[in-house]
Amino acid sequence: MGETITFWVLAVVSVVAALGLVFSRKAVYSALMLGVVMLSLAVLYAVQDAPFLAVVQIIVYTGAVMMLFLFVLMLVGVDSSDSLVETIRGQRFWAVVAGLGFAVLLAVGIGNAVIGDPAGLSGAVTADGGNVPALARLIFTRYVFAFEVTSALLITAALGAMVLAHRERSAPKATQKDLSRARFLGDHPTPLPGPGTYARHNAIDMPALLPDGSVSELSVNRVIARHDVEGGRLPDNPRLAQAIRNVASGSGGTSPSPKVVQAVAEEPGSPSRSEGLGEPEGGGRSEGFSEPEVLGDAEDKPKVAQTAGRAAEHPVEEEGK
Amino acid sequence: MTTHYLVLSALLFAIGGVGVLVRRNAIVVFMCVELMLNACNLAFVTFARQHGNLEGQIIAFFVMIVAAAEVVVGLAIIVTIFRTRRSASVDDANLLKY
Repeated sequence: MGETITFWVLAVVSVVAALGLVFSRKAVYSALMLGVVMLSLAVLYAVQDAPFLAVVQIIVYTGAVMMLFLFVLMLVGVDSSDSLVETIRGQRFWAVVAGLGFAVLLAVGIGNAVIGDPAGLSGAVTADGGNVPALARLIFTRYVFAFEVTSALLITAALGAMVLAHRERSAPKATQKDLSRARFLGDHPTPLPGPGTYARHNAIDMPALLPDGSVSELSVNRVIARHDVEGGRLPDNPRLAQAIRNVASGSGGTSPSPKVVQAVAEEPGSPSRSEGLGEPEGGGRSEGFSEPEVLGDAEDKPKVAQTAGRAAEHPVEEEGK
Repeated sequence: MTTHYLVLSALLFAIGGVGVLVRRNAIVVFMCVELMLNACNLAFVTFARQHGNLEGQIIAFFVMIVAAAEVVVGLAIIVTIFRTRRSASVDDANLLKY
């Protein structure tokens, strides 16, 4: 009876979580849903006389594998959302039809099979005095060769991961001198304005007001601006709201790396930034949280940031808010 | 009760398969593969109890090990592809075609 209740609760939870894994738009939600499925399966293992597997499931899957997934997700960038373009026409529809058909086929097949009462594992386990000793006896006697091969597999996987994730430096590391030269060759020699400077709030999503009262779009992170736009948390002031919208829409194209970093890449010291290898050495920050785009500051805005030092002596009246 | 477990396993496997076919983000596709492996493990454990034989649990254990190794290598590949192509979408990794 207790097993039946456990099964029905966890079956519903795990199927709903699996559906959420497939259909949630954000990859982090998918990862959390997968964690829920794995935990419910661990409990189902424990119910089915497999305590060792239940513990291994929690330690290996929800502990190691899920953390690895989340780690890579954060590394790749949480804002890399799925594209909704179907490369093959009708693929989604037919995929769902195939999945439904497969599920129905399996379920009907299993339902038609005559399956008696489970034999239970007590007979196999009692001779060795428990689940873990019984498993250990099997692993280290009959399956010892497979076990050893597994160790070779794990070592190979670790080596492979190291080789794949390693990156050869194709150019000498940019020194501080190179970086500062590149910064002055670029169009923004000063540090980017911090969010909230001269504005009424210093929240991280509040664009800075420059000394002439104009709104700096450089001061807000693109990811944060996008969150604000999606969540409808724009400030009341129309100019600030428009600035945040501009940042979020990212009118500079899809490349997330800021111009300052690109200037390092194009600097004369390391002329041939290899084409395929992408990111410059200076761009060590993760892409998901990169600096905002440099948005059209050449056309519509004078380089007021450079005059900030001078203007600080004359306190600026807050006309932005 | 065994039938229930097997049907649940089949459902999870089918959902994972649909996810692999539908999703374009390589990491989510990987998660769906993990879901399918987990569904298989559930079937193994269920049959182990059904037949009163521990071998099913041993196989599930080995599947877990292989899945862990597969995740390590697969995620390293995804990171490498992301580094060169600036995208984690499976549609963009089509270099082998040409």
